[in-house]
Amino acid sequence: MFRTLAKTIALAAALAAPAVALAGPTVDAIKQRGALRCGVNTGLLGFSAPDSAGRWNGIDADFCRAVATAILGDPTKVQYVPTNAQTRFTALQSGEIDLLSRNTTWTSSRDSTLGSVFAGTLFYDGQGFMVKKSSGVTKATDLNGATVCVQPGTTTELNLNDYFRTKKMTFKPVVIAELNQIEQAFFAGRCDVYTTDISGLAATRLKAPKPDDYLILPEAISKEPLGPMIRRGDWEFLTIVKWTLFGLIEAEEYGVTSANVDKLRAESKDPPIQRLLGTTGDAGKGKGIDNDWMVKILKAVGNYGEMYARNIGPLGIQRGVNAQWREGGLMYAPPIR
Amino acid sequence: MLKSERARGVLYQALLLAAVGGIVWYLLSNTLHNLASRGIQVGFAFLGREAGFEIAEKLIEYDSTRSYAHAFAVGLLNTLHVAFLGIVIATTLGALLGVARLSSNWLVARLAGAYVEFMRNIPLLLQLLVWYGIFTELLPGVRQAIRIGDWIFISQRGFRFAWPEAHPGWDAAFWALAAAGVLSLVWRAIVRRRQAATGEQWPLALPVCALMVGLPALAWALMGAPTTIEIPALRGFDYQGGKVISPEFTALLVGLSTYTAAFIAEVVRAGILAVDRGQGEAAMALGLSPGQRLRLITLPQALRVIIPPMTSQYLNLTKNSSLAVAIGYPDLVAIANTTMNQTGQAIEAIAMLMAVYLSISIAISLFMNWYNARVRLVER
Repeated sequence: MFRTLAKTIALAAALAAPAVALAGPTVDAIKQRGALRCGVNTGLLGFSAPDSAGRWNGIDADFCRAVATAILGDPTKVQYVPTNAQTRFTALQSGEIDLLSRNTTWTSSRDSTLGSVFAGTLFYDGQGFMVKKSSGVTKATDLNGATVCVQPGTTTELNLNDYFRTKKMTFKPVVIAELNQIEQAFFAGRCDVYTTDISGLAATRLKAPKPDDYLILPEAISKEPLGPMIRRGDWEFLTIVKWTLFGLIEAEEYGVTSANVDKLRAESKDPPIQRLLGTTGDAGKGKGIDNDWMVKILKAVGNYGEMYARNIGPLGIQRGVNAQWREGGLMYAPPIR
Repeated sequence: MLKSERARGVLYQALLLAAVGGIVWYLLSNTLHNLASRGIQVGFAFLGREAGFEIAEKLIEYDSTRSYAHAFAVGLLNTLHVAFLGIVIATTLGALLGVARLSSNWLVARLAGAYVEFMRNIPLLLQLLVWYGIFTELLPGVRQAIRIGDWIFISQRGFRFAWPEAHPGWDAAFWALAAAGVLSLVWRAIVRRRQAATGEQWPLALPVCALMVGLPALAWALMGAPTTIEIPALRGFDYQGGKVISPEFTALLVGLSTYTAAFIAEVVRAGILAVDRGQGEAAMALGLSPGQRLRLITLPQALRVIIPPMTSQYLNLTKNSSLAVAIGYPDLVAIANTTMNQTGQAIEAIAMLMAVYLSISIAISLFMNWYNARVRLVER
């Protein structure tokens, strides 16, 4: 009797103990753990997908490496946690992941009601539709009465509803949570249309048995600014993630690449480049990290242009609105000074 | 105080209760504190907001302008729908299999045994994915649908069949059928009582048939005798008209029923084996046919052993229906997940889910316990 009671109390104490670790900001937790826990997609080509060797490739995965380099100095110190559209926010809210870099659209409700904030936009996208060429559909207004495959819990689902309601068309949804399964359902013909961000449509098309059989309709029916997301209330971590993103964009603006970063660090007399690479100024110290953080990041993943070319280039999507501001795009980083 | 065993017992129980209460209080206050620090609102006010998403299958009126609470109701009805049909089919199939396994025919018994072992040991989720694959990938596309006559079309978009156009005559016929069912049960009770009291057997089969056919026909004729039938026609992307059973629903129903039937078969077999062999032999000696033996002697006694485990199987089926999330059937869990994602109110949504499943399970348990009490062997 006494032994059972003692065991019960010991068990209760063991259960209560881990909860105490909730205190302390994210950066401390990351340094203590020695790795950044990054929530990514289960397998979206171009953004975050494992290859056959188990290495995570994609612009979101590379961004995780950049943040890990900023805090820990090593791009390999990332633990990738695949999440689907329904589990991603609870994973971030509960502390299972530190950073959600998972092609997530920045919306006002996600910035306020989910207990999290966005740190910027990594990729400006829009929602589109993909159909089989044999269906004869050439524009979105032809889709009245169609069966549409869509993932639940996404802005895609809501935009789809809004669009069909405004155009006074009807549709039948096929709602499947897993990305692989919904792609299979679309290729098998369960639904006429697949809808998600246009970058996602391009990635899915690459997986099709015959990619040329599919057509991405020209309309973009919504704005989908995709960006990294962290828990609300952690200012230190927010500053680091935000300025990692801006640093990558500014590096491309000034022509600093992974190939020439060492040379420019040693020789450049250009003030913006000197500040960016930490030769002058205290950009890093103000955020609690080393001054040469951008040097390490650029050596690890390259600048924004290199990340884009490596990951999104193969999907066949032009820079378009994701070009630098001087080239007419939306990528405009506040100056590092 | 510590000397008396009884006093010690009371003390330990009080300490344990205090410890458990303390843990619960700690968890609750920690959760509320964390929610507040992250700016997540607590409360059920989100249920009144507009849902904004469509639901593919619904038993009641719904569109994306309705509230989240309405969406939850749609999901709940979908779950109950598939659970009810699943329980009926699984019980029938399971009972047949259980009896088949005890058959003296070697092949029938072995086949039933093979079915039970095979279906029991494969995880339900995998079975559901296989059934869904069968119904979406092996069936032809909508334009090459299999036609049976001109009225039934089978394709990967579902089983679509002609159905009478909606008319008050058919609604009246449906309610008349329900009324006829109730009257049949009443007549059966009257006939039984008469037989127990005087031995006189009043006709049962003929009046029941007359009631079940005649009453709906009468209602149908009185309300206008509608005869128009909606025939599905291929318009645009898909067939319009008639009724359709989607591949998601079919896959879920078939998967759940076949899986649970394997377990129910074993429960039924255990119940029948639990009846004393002497009972069967006495029945044979009295000259009862094998069918009468099963119906009048074996099953009533077997039911006493079958009912409690059967309750568990029904509860399992109801809870397993939440796997619908994996194949796209909009049951309660799928809709709660979407709501959770759109509003961020994970704790409230999960609490609602738990409350609903608990209510359904308790309702099933209550009903089965009442039935169990009715068929129980009352010892003197």
